[in-house]
Amino acid sequence: MCLTACLAASGLLLLSTAAAPAAAAEEKAPGRQLADQATKQRHFWNTVDHSKLKALQQVFTSGDQITRACLSCHTKADQQLKKTFHWTWTDPNSPPNDRKGKAQYSVNNFCLSSNAMHDHHCSECHIGWAGKGKAAAIDCLRCHGQKKFNFEEAFGDYEAFSTSSDPDDKEMAKEAQAEIQEAAQAVGRPTRRNCGSCHFSGGGGDGVKHGDLDSSMTTPHKSLDVHMGIDGQNFQCVRCHTTINHNVAGRFYATPAAKNRKSLIENDLSPKIMCESCHSAKPHKAGSKMNDHTDKVACQTCHIPTVARVLPVQMWWDWSQAGKMKNGKPYEVKGPYDRPTYVSTKGDTRWAKNVRPEYYWYSGSLSGPTLKDSIDPTKIIRLAWPVGNRGNHNARIFPFHVHRGKQPYDIERSKLLAPLLSGEHGYWTTFNWQDAIARGQKYLDLPFSGKYGFVKTEYVFPSTHMVAPKDQALACSECHTRPHSRLANLTGFYMPGRDRIKAVDTGGWLLVLGCLAAVLLHGFGRFIFKKNGGKK
Amino acid sequence: MDAAKMKRIYLYSRFERIWHWLQAFLIISLIVTGLEIHGAYTLFGYEDAVEIHNFMGLTWGVLFVFIVFWVLTTGEWRQYVPTTKKLFAVMWYYSFGIFMGKPHPVQKSPGAKHNPLQRLTYLGLVTTMLPVQMAAGLLYYTYNQWPQWGLDRFLTLGGVAVVHTVLAFLLIAFLIIHVYMTTTGHTIFAHIRSMITGWEEVFETTEVYDWETTGKKKARS
Repeated sequence: MCLTACLAASGLLLLSTAAAPAAAAEEKAPGRQLADQATKQRHFWNTVDHSKLKALQQVFTSGDQITRACLSCHTKADQQLKKTFHWTWTDPNSPPNDRKGKAQYSVNNFCLSSNAMHDHHCSECHIGWAGKGKAAAIDCLRCHGQKKFNFEEAFGDYEAFSTSSDPDDKEMAKEAQAEIQEAAQAVGRPTRRNCGSCHFSGGGGDGVKHGDLDSSMTTPHKSLDVHMGIDGQNFQCVRCHTTINHNVAGRFYATPAAKNRKSLIENDLSPKIMCESCHSAKPHKAGSKMNDHTDKVACQTCHIPTVARVLPVQMWWDWSQAGKMKNGKPYEVKGPYDRPTYVSTKGDTRWAKNVRPEYYWYSGSLSGPTLKDSIDPTKIIRLAWPVGNRGNHNARIFPFHVHRGKQPYDIERSKLLAPLLSGEHGYWTTFNWQDAIARGQKYLDLPFSGKYGFVKTEYVFPSTHMVAPKDQALACSECHTRPHSRLANLTGFYMPGRDRIKAVDTGGWLLVLGCLAAVLLHGFGRFIFKKNGGKK
Repeated sequence: MDAAKMKRIYLYSRFERIWHWLQAFLIISLIVTGLEIHGAYTLFGYEDAVEIHNFMGLTWGVLFVFIVFWVLTTGEWRQYVPTTKKLFAVMWYYSFGIFMGKPHPVQKSPGAKHNPLQRLTYLGLVTTMLPVQMAAGLLYYTYNQWPQWGLDRFLTLGGVAVVHTVLAFLLIAFLIIHVYMTTTGHTIFAHIRSMITGWEEVFETTEVYDWETTGKKKARS
């Protein structure tokens, strides 16, 4: 009796401990609470009305003048900025004889190379004035200008009208100058539009590159990005890409965004760039199995179920097909999502929406060959590939958008090539690979054997934006399943639901079926013999 | 069988019956959810299957401690002392005798609830299979604590999973045979009924202690 009571009591105890988290379900998960605290202060304030500053009320006839006006107060800004990756396009942590970066020997499978910034189309995204690369003055307004404004055009107009003697033109000139001043005075912290003016259209168009960054992120809804959603937290990029001395936190090439995963409670001066910074390493409710995953699975893996959820992303770019003509003229073929499937200047392209990422171990660093490194053209060349493995305690399983394609390489030297693309001698004008490659290589001081072919390449982008609302996070069964587990490609460890030892399962089921057959046969035997009067 | 020659004895106490059926429920739900976690089918959904499996497994662990305690303190452990006496007779009975309508060579009695074959099977279950299965389950459950405990140097999740899976299949096999064997009494449901009511019908010839009769039972309770 007593034992029965004890058993019942222990059962109740177990039931009640299981029911406790359910009762607290209305409470916020600790990771959410922390993040709410870390981002409570939503309204920035400042003490300067830039339109009142004399320096910004002068006549501007060029971008350089505006920059000088900025620097007349922000005297150290240019020294700070010129040391940053945004200006140098060079990974300072890469080996000096094989520098990485767009201004260096890095190569991708989009527009391939900036030819040491001699390709002006490519340099349009450099934050100097007028795509003139590092020779120009810094264009402060690219990142800080709060007004969408075409300065080059306005300077042209002003120059044309102000030199005229016609009073109407003088009036026009005055208006143009007023607009220039107004735009120059409208400055502030970088917004999503500022950052997006380059980062949303990397690779030469909207959504070509990243998968998790395109113009839909300028004013995203919460369903596209819980942090940046205008109907939610409305974060700007710099909310997480915290900035010190103009150095914006973030990964570039092999240099990780942060060295360790620390929450702001552990280190309040660390950048907010990791999810852990605000959400901690155990963000889910106490006792949740999800907290047991965070040592091996990145937050992004479950919380970014797909990328390119609003606008399509480019999946494939085959340069080997470029150069076809119709009636002697370059042409374009439109495909799904109003995106081209063929452009004479670029070749075949493929696009997709709601793309399921691929998953790899990732320690925060990407690796790949530069234009100086030898390649094996019989294999698919991984131009940017996640570094990390299961044994690395800093590595996590992480989602990636993978862009694949074919691009030119030097058959004799077994190295990738950097053709010049834009400009009057670029491939897009001449459709002459031989010449464009020779010119492009020359800008980089690299040789070219004269023989080129096309090689398959892959380029990964870590998917870290477009974090979905929590109810859209992946279910366990997206990975703990077979044969279509999202992690089917990751081997070397046992994952329940995905893995099994075939011999054990086969043997096990044979045993079970054997037992079933045996008892059925036995029972049938009893039935038959009884019928035959097999009584004692 | 002639009902007139039968009499009823109180064979299974209340606690015994409760733990038997609770254990049956736990094992079956563990098998059902375990196979889902193993990827055999989708029923509850992976997340819920894991939750249920963990809860049932831990509950069983607690119950098992009570069972073992009860078996040891009541002296019922004697029921599990293995013997070869009549072992072959029992095996012969289930292989041939049962078809010929021969009587079971070992009659159930309060002092010997299990025939020699059952003794061996249950002893193996209770001393080896179930503890190992529970240990494997607990290790599985505490996988994230392994590095803290230094266990990650000796164990892999795959190894623990294999042990857990092999034993699971053996338990399913046991369950099939066990359920079938309950139908081999003098009527199909005789054994099941006794495990529900506690009262087993045995031949009059069986020696019965007087506390096991109806009257005594009533007096006791």
